[in-house]
Order: sequence, then structure tokens, then C-alpha cells
Amino acid sequence: MSLTSSSVPPAPGGALVFRGLTLGYARHPAVHHLDGTIPTGSLTAVVGPNGAGKSTLLKGIMGEITPLEGEVARPGLSRQGIAYLPQAAEIDRAFPIGVFDLVAMGLWRRVGPWRSLKAHRPGVEAALAAVGLTGFERRPIGTLSGGQLRRALFARVLLQDARVILLDEPFAAIDARTTDELLALVHGWHGEGRTVVAVLHDLDQVARHFPSTLLLAREAVAWGATREVLTADNLRRARRLCEAWDDEAPVCRAPGTKPHEHAPHEHDDHTNDHHTHGHAA
Amino acid sequence: MIDLLTAPFVEFAFMRRALAGCVALSVGAAPVGVFLTLRRMSLMSEAMSHAILPGAAVGFLWAGLSLPAMTLGGLVAGLAVALLSGLIARSTVLREDASLAAFYLISLAAGVLLISARGSSIDLLHILFGTVLALDDDALLLLGGIATVTLTGLAVAYRPLVMECVDPLFLRSVGRASGPVHYAFLALVVLNLVGGFAALGTLLAVGLMLLPAISARFWALDLTGLMPAAVVLALVASVAGLLVSYYASLPTGPAIVLSAGLLYVASMLLGPRGGLVWRLMPARHLEA
Repeated sequence: MSLTSSSVPPAPGGALVFRGLTLGYARHPAVHHLDGTIPTGSLTAVVGPNGAGKSTLLKGIMGEITPLEGEVARPGLSRQGIAYLPQAAEIDRAFPIGVFDLVAMGLWRRVGPWRSLKAHRPGVEAALAAVGLTGFERRPIGTLSGGQLRRALFARVLLQDARVILLDEPFAAIDARTTDELLALVHGWHGEGRTVVAVLHDLDQVARHFPSTLLLAREAVAWGATREVLTADNLRRARRLCEAWDDEAPVCRAPGTKPHEHAPHEHDDHTNDHHTHGHAA
Repeated sequence: MIDLLTAPFVEFAFMRRALAGCVALSVGAAPVGVFLTLRRMSLMSEAMSHAILPGAAVGFLWAGLSLPAMTLGGLVAGLAVALLSGLIARSTVLREDASLAAFYLISLAAGVLLISARGSSIDLLHILFGTVLALDDDALLLLGGIATVTLTGLAVAYRPLVMECVDPLFLRSVGRASGPVHYAFLALVVLNLVGGFAALGTLLAVGLMLLPAISARFWALDLTGLMPAAVVLALVASVAGLLVSYYASLPTGPAIVLSAGLLYVASMLLGPRGGLVWRLMPARHLEA
């Protein structure tokens, strides 16, 4: 897609490197000693049960939460080089603002607080057209349906023209047609050499559209080519690993920078039925 | 009839000064109020007006009934409370409303203690209810300056401020403007409340900030309409309040705020954007 024709093609940089990354809340890890690299230009799905730390991982990449241990290295990438579409956007839909203005926020990197939007008007129109929202420019955002708002947010990501794009359950509660159209956009980004990481739950969708997959259950259960990752065995292991928040969990003694080797926790043999009420992912 | 409306201002300099002060206050405070209501922080300004009190009291104890001293004191107290509560909200589990409540209560109690320790009750009334009919040159310059700073500030920070209101997470994700914009906005709120307390008193300064802004929701749909509508409503309330207080010999601050209140009721009933009267006779729905 050449919607953002004014932009330079993504230059080298755009890889995400995790080194012993541990993210969590109140000392409880939600992502535990993660090591690995998401290479530049890859299209990666992050899958795993609820509470597996998928959203937390994206927030960690964004810098929205600071690691408990380890780091995310983003070589050659500025803060504005990452576009992030959160699962539950904090958007105040009662605010009297039109779709055009919401989408145009994606231009922040280029227009900042003061420069005129006039020159970018065609770009915004094109982004709206790409998500099928032509004619919605002046509609207040409060009148959009969930799917239409999601489309508008995709248009905003489009305008951000970022090298790395993080999508947190972008197709949750979205109908099939919209999903297909938005997936086409994702493929467009992939074709342009951008790094795309998406948290997803629909494994068929992952298998069809995403070349590589990270199966996360607090730790990386498997990471690589989607076909090799999404095996019944791996999925079963992921479900078992993802236990509930344990108030009595012992302090983790593993060396921070090395891959995690000790047995996850002593009680994971009886928590098969607990994995759904883990803490917020 | 026209004479009735203009005579007080033509005849008396103090009425002209009061009018000028109220115009300045309306032009600055009403747009700030619009953003406050849109951010669901309406009640925050009320709390903030209480927080200003001890600063004004310290200024009063230090320099007597001197506007610059009291203004400076109020400004320092208000900004301190705004910054501290914002800081604590961003670095602890407390939400901003909770930390603000804690600080303004401490501040208010300290203020009442300070005033009762030294001042007489008449002085207290000055601080609480203002002296709009006795605005001197200093006060007018202060109010004009505050209006200028407010409009300039809003113009400069307009885009990030709107983004911070609509989608704070997004603004945080694309840059570092989020924090500064939030604090700058809080500073404008404090500035206008401090300006307002000289004219209307600490408790009523909030009135001219919020009532027109709330009423404007019944007249305009988007920000470009809301802000002018709020300013016009604030101006009308100011003039009406001054005239009523002149002819009926009523205290001016409450008269102005009550006028704004009447405008609110009228807007709520008759305003074309969701006024109650229009709901009684809904137009038939469209085809698409």
C-alpha cells in the first residue's frame, strides 16, 4: 500500500530485542524472563491464554510500563517509531470531536502541536478511504459503532507511518468483513517492511495470515514459524503454565539476564482449572 | 429601556471597572471551564478554589488587604496543590481526584485556621465574596493579564490539550506532551480561579468558570462552538448580574453567579442541542 507516499520506506531498525525481560504488576511477573528477537519487517502473532501476559508484553514494548527486570532494546527506533493500538483504547467517546480530527491525530509526529493540517488533508482522506470510512469525516466519534471506531483507529495507525506497529486484539468483537479488510491493511504494512506484532485469539486466523508466532504463557512456550508453534502439545503446555496470581509466590532467584531455567512454580500441577482468573493481561 | 441598561455604567466609574473586570474574567475563564467539563473535572475546580484560600490568607496576613500579595499567595497555594496532586496521581496508586481531595482539604483547613487566627470576620467576607465593585487599576490589570495568558495558553496548547482529553494513552504513546499539557492546563485553571477570587470571591469564582461552560452544551455541538457560546453566556451573566445588583442593591458576586445559573436553567430548557422543551416534541426520525 502506498497510502503514506510522502514517507520514506522503513529504514533498517525496527527490530525488538528482549533480554531477560520480566514485566509485571506489584512484583508479580506477567511476562517472565523473556529472551528473543522480533526481527525487522516480521509479521508476528502473539497468542496464549487469558492472563498470559500478551497485552503486558505490548505495553512493555511501548514503554508504558517499566520492566521489573531485563530490558526491551529497540535499536534505531525512537518512541514515535512505534504505533500502538491498545485493546481498550482510553478514548473519551463523549468528547465532541469528528472522525477526521481523531484520525488526523496520527499525524502528530509530522505536524506537532502547531503546524497546519491543510497539506495533509489528502493523506487523511486517503487513510479514511483505506479503512472504508469515506464520508464519515464530520461524524462525531460518539456516533460510531464499535467496528467503525476500530476502522478509524486503524486509519490513525496508518497515518502514524511507524516502523513498528503493535496491535492488541485488533479484531475482537469485529465482524468478518471488517476483519478481512483490516487484515488486508496489516498485510500491506508487512509488505512495506514494517514490523507488525499482533495479539490474537483466533488461531485459524493466525495460521492463515501470520508467518511467525510467539506462544506466550508468562514465559515463551514456543516461538518461531507459526506451523511449528501452534501444535496441540504446545497449546496444552501453555494452558498449564498460565496459573492464577499467587500471593505466596516465592521471590524469583533466577539470574536476570539468562534464560529462565528453574521450574516455573511449585504448584502448577493443580492449577489447570485456574488459568482464566489470572490478573489483567 | 436602553437607558436602564446603560445608565449605571455611564454614570459610575466603579460600574465600568466592574464591567471591564467581568469581561476579562468571562473571556478567559469560560473556555477553561469548557475544557474542565469536557474532561469531567468540573468538581475539581471547586476543590481547587478551596485550595487557593490558605495562600490568599497568608498574603493577607503578610500585607493586609493587598491584591498583589493575596493573588501571589493564592497562586502559589493553588499551583502547589495542583502539581502535588497531579504528581502523586501519576506516581502512586491514588487517582487524581482522591489525591486532590486530600490536598485541598488540608489546604482549606489551614486557610480557615490562618484567617481566624488573625483577621476579623469582615476581612474573611472579602476573601470569600470578593470586591467586584471596588476593583482598582492593579486588579483590572491582573484580570486583563490573566485573560491574555489564558487565551494565549489555550491557543498554544490547543491541539495537544484536545488529544489529552480525547485519548491520553495515544498522546503518551507518540510523545512527551501529555504531562506538560496536563499541568499547563491545571495552571490555567488555578490562574483563572485566583483572578476570579479578587472580583467574585473564592467560592464564586468557580461559578463564572463552570456555569456558562455547562450551559454552552445546550447551544453548540463541537469545541469551536462551545467556547464562543460559553464566553457569550458568561458576558451576558456578568452584565445582568451587575445591573441586578445595582438596581436591587444586592451583593454583586452572588448576583452574577445567580444570573449565570438562570441562564443555565434557560439553556437546559430551551437550548437547541438537547434542551428539555425540544424533547417534549421530538421530530420524526430520518430514513438513514
